[in-house]
Formats: sequence, structure tokens, C-alpha cells
Amino acid sequence: MHKMNGAEVTIRLLERYGIDTIAGIPGGSNLPLYDALSQSGTIRHILARHEQGAGFMAQGMARATGRPAVCFATSGPGATNILTAIADAKLDSIPVICITGQVPQAMIGTDAFQEVDTYGMSIPITKHNFLVRSAKELLTVIPAAFRIATEGRPGPVLIDIPKDVQLESVEFENRPEILPKSILKNYTDEDLRQAAMMINAAERPVLYLGGGIMHSEASSAAINLAEKNALPTTMTLLGLGAMPIDHPLALTMLGMHAARYTNLVMEECDLLVVAGARFDDRATGKIAEFCPGAKVIHIDIDPGEVDKLRTAQVKLVGDVGAILEELLPLVETMKRDKWRARVATLKSEYPFVMPDADNPLMPYGLIRRIAEIVDDDAIIATDVGKHQMWVAQAYPFRRPRQLLTSGGLGTMGFGLPAAIGASLAWPARTVICFSGDGSILMNIQELATAVEQQVNLKVVVLNNTSLGLVRQQQDLFFGKRYFASEYRNHVDFVTIARGFGMQAIDLGESVDPVADLTAAIRREGPCLIHVPIARTEEVYPMVPPGAANIEMIGGEKNADC
Amino acid sequence: MQTVESKLVTAGDNRNKAVLELTVNNHPGVMSHICGLFSRRVYNMEGILCMPIDDGRLSRVWIRVTGNGQLEQIAKQLRKLEDVQTVRYHEAEHEVFVQLEDYFRVS
Repeated sequence: MHKMNGAEVTIRLLERYGIDTIAGIPGGSNLPLYDALSQSGTIRHILARHEQGAGFMAQGMARATGRPAVCFATSGPGATNILTAIADAKLDSIPVICITGQVPQAMIGTDAFQEVDTYGMSIPITKHNFLVRSAKELLTVIPAAFRIATEGRPGPVLIDIPKDVQLESVEFENRPEILPKSILKNYTDEDLRQAAMMINAAERPVLYLGGGIMHSEASSAAINLAEKNALPTTMTLLGLGAMPIDHPLALTMLGMHAARYTNLVMEECDLLVVAGARFDDRATGKIAEFCPGAKVIHIDIDPGEVDKLRTAQVKLVGDVGAILEELLPLVETMKRDKWRARVATLKSEYPFVMPDADNPLMPYGLIRRIAEIVDDDAIIATDVGKHQMWVAQAYPFRRPRQLLTSGGLGTMGFGLPAAIGASLAWPARTVICFSGDGSILMNIQELATAVEQQVNLKVVVLNNTSLGLVRQQQDLFFGKRYFASEYRNHVDFVTIARGFGMQAIDLGESVDPVADLTAAIRREGPCLIHVPIARTEEVYPMVPPGAANIEMIGGEKNADC
Repeated sequence: MQTVESKLVTAGDNRNKAVLELTVNNHPGVMSHICGLFSRRVYNMEGILCMPIDDGRLSRVWIRVTGNGQLEQIAKQLRKLEDVQTVRYHEAEHEVFVQLEDYFRVS
């Protein structure tokens, strides 16, 4: 017979599920949980400086490893602060388990100090959520949370635990079992044969890989299928790394900031094999005009994504990796000389143009240079903005989970804490966080956490003294009326970083930027690298929001951008 | 459990109705999960009824929607909710709402 309180039950179960790191911040309503955590022999706690930072650290751990990660926050403002990171995890299908303290049950509904309706607020931004009403319930709720977060399409789960439940004593005979995950499979052998027949019969097929490839660990299966049948392969932002970008069949990322040729290949394709992707509007542009001549085979674990935005002729609902493996023997070995020649022609006529790729003080040059300094084991996190798109375009991603980026929600402030989380999960690896001067200020307090944990993290701030993508849209679509997008106060990021106790260099003042950049990245421990960038450096090509993907602005061959 | 009606059917409105019949876990948050799904995905809910069944362990939920081609997608999204056990749909009006119409008239 075991006897312990609700907080101890929670911590014991988290240990049982293999959790070794929890990011969070304590407060009045979760102190019993923290007291129990202090007695854990296997879980270390990472004290964040803002609950949103804690949420993104958990995301960084989960994204970099594929395993569920846990974050803690107290009631009220602790909970509201962490919600953005949870919403971000929902849109990118990341298995994060967020445990919040709540005021005692007797005070719920009385507008008590630090009381908000965390349960109600988290319904639309979680895969599932719980308000726990007794310590005994924790014995089923915690295992259920792990099952739900990782089963099928992954996603965040929030568990709100009132303080009296944390303190309530419970006795139980047997420790709860780890729940098995159910396997979703909703297709027949006939569906598979029909899909293979369509692939074999297609003249201009494209394989279109999304973040589901990472979740399903289906990268090799996707590459094998592409190679056997000679399928040109494009990737979404979250799909980057599913196929090495220098693979002969790889196209670039598709959509709003794709290389011109990639969007033009999509325009000509007659069959789309979509695997673990959901036709996001940043990828498809105007959906009614996306791949107008293509039939669709949609492979996804989430039945709700199939036929949601684009009708599929063949629907394969199940594990993407398993389905791709089952398709492999059914597709013919092909060379597709004619289609691949056409793709090569489009690529040479409408290539991706990378201005100043040799200059480490310019966006593409800086990104390419850093990629040369680190190896493919390095983890690349980004914030949100121009720097994110430049990295997506120019960094040579070659493996799954190499890129950690906020795709669906597009949360500025994601990069630094997510990078810290990744570094905590993979301490032997170098982690690079590309950020901008807008994004870094949204969670800059986590520099303190980075220094405290001595993570091997290099924060590269591309400082264009503006909200660059906003400014770019004002330039292109709002008559160059730059409003609220240019910062008048220029922040000294190097001094700020040093104030946090962090090493910092300013490449803009460097006599030998390449040598200084190399030394800063190779030196162990956290470091901020500041790089001034002109406001007028834009992200091209660009598809205007709401336009079809073939209506691209800028990025032409032999053009001055 | 209470009855919630999000939008009254106006007299003479005979657009093709459909009715969803759900079996769900009975707990205080389940109605929020269902109604929240309809509002955030902009599905048109015309009426909803919910009563406990099975000694209060489960609830039966009836939802009237205007059939606008979204029915299959609504059913898929409902099935993804952890507390929803079964979803059936009737592609027509159902007597459960017809019998109630006397209680939903202006004066």
C-alpha cells in the first residue's frame, strides 16, 4: 500500500514516465508540487524567468527529442503567461504536458487571489485538458495525459491541479500502468494499391512532406519512396530536414517564401503525394489555385485534416511512416527522365537567388557561414520574422529535428527558450538560435536561464532595428507607409547580454568577422552574437498573402533586389 | 446539465437540417469542449440538448446544425475530442427537436 499526497503522486508518475527535466516557475498555488519536486532524485528543475519561457523550453526539449516534455506554472498569471507556448505547441503538434497550480477547490469561482479559469481558457489551445478534483484522479489523469499527448497526432495537454488536491492524501495498492497507445489505421489494402497505381501512372508527381514526417520518424521511409519512384520532393517549414536539402530529388520549401522554381514545379504537377502535412495557407497560397492540375493522395494520422482544405482522391489515414513503407513495394522503380529534366529546367531558369552569400555580415552569407562552422548534429532554433525565413531558405537542413521553429502560431519569442530546452536535452551538441531584434526582446529574460544553466547556445541576433516582415509588407502592400514597424530606440544587445553574465560579440565592429564568428561559436557555453542588418534587406521571393503561389514578388535571377 | 440554445430557428426556416447524436463522458467541462469546437471552427449550431445517461457516467448530446456540406468534417472534429465516445448523424430533421419546438416560440 502506497500513501502520499497528490503532489507526490504527480512527481512519482512523472519520474515513472521518464521525465528528467521540468522547466517552470513556482508560485502560491503550486508550492506543494515544488516541495515534492525538491525531493525527486531524478528530475532536475530549470527555473525560467517567465512562464512563457518555461513553456517554450519544454517545447524545445520535445521538438529536439520527439519525447513528451513537462512544464510547470502557478495559477492566475502563471497560467495565462504559459498559454501562448501551449497554443504554439497545439498548432505544431508538439507533445507538451503543462501542469498548473490552481486555487483550492473551495475558492474556485470566487475571484480568489491569482484565480483564473485556466481550464476554460486552455480548452481551445490544447489537445485535451483536465481539472483534477481529487488526488485519486491523478492516478488516471497523469497516465492519460501522456497517452493523449503522444498518441496519434501529438499535442499539448494541460492538467490544472487545485492546491488542496496537491495536498490531499491518497492510498493506493498498485502503481498505475503506463497506458498503451492505440494505433489508428483507417485505410485498406485496396486504398494502398490505388495510391500506388496513381503514383505509377502519374507523369509529373510531387512528394510534399510536412512536420508529420518528424513525429512519425518517417524520414527514411519518405526518402526510400522518393528514390524508388524518382519523386521530386518539397517540404513545408516544419518538414525541412525530412529529406536532405542537397538530395538530388529535393526541391526547396514551398509557399510564401519558396524558391521560384519550387512553386512553379508545384503548378505543373499532376499528382501530389502529401505526407504529414495539412495544406497550411503559408504553404499553399490561395488554396483554390494551388496545384490546379493535381490529384491528391493525402497521408495523415489525423482524419480531420483529410478533405479539410483540399479534397483528396485517395485518403490514407494512419501512421505516415507505416503507410510510406507499405507503399514502397507497390510503386514501380522509375527514373522519370522527362519530368526531372523539366524540374531541372525550371530550377535553372528560376533558381533560388541568394544575394551576398559570401558576406558574413549579410543575412544569407551569415547563415551559410554558420552552417559551415557547425556540423549536422547542431540544432538550429529560430525566432519568427525575416531571419526565420532566411534560415528556412538558406540553411542546409539535412536531418529531421535539426530545425526548431514556430510554424503554425508564428510566435516571436519562441527561439531563445526553445533553444535552451534543446540544449538541456542534448548538452553535447551546439545549439544555434537565430533571432531578430524584435523577437529576442519578447523573451530576452531567458538569457539569465541560459547563463545559469551554462547551455552551449549561441544566440545570433540579426538586428535590422525593425519588425522586418511587417515593414516589408508595408513596403509592398501599404504604400511604403512604415508605421509602428521601425524602432527608434536602438538597443545595445551586446551590453545587455553581458549584463546577464553572457559572453557577447558585435560582428558589426569586428575587424575579422569570420574569425570572430568562428571563435564565438566554437567556444563552449552561451554567447550572443550581434549582427547589424540593413532595414532594407528583404525576404524574396514573396507571395502576397492571399495570392496564388505563382504570383511571386522579387528574387528573380539576375535582378537587383 | 442544462440546455443551451445558441441560435433559435426562425419560423419558416427550412434549410436542410441535420442532427448529430453524441455519447460523451459526463463531467463539468464536456459541454464547453463541444460548444467551443463549434464556435472556434465556425460551425453553425442551431440547438443543443444534453442529459445524463447510464447513471450519470455518460451524457447524450443532441445537436441540430444546418447541413451545409460540413457535416462530415464536424463529425471528424467531434470524434477527435477525448470525451466524445460516439458520433452518429442523421441527415434530416429529428423528432427530438421537432417535439421541443412548442417550447421555443416567441410568446
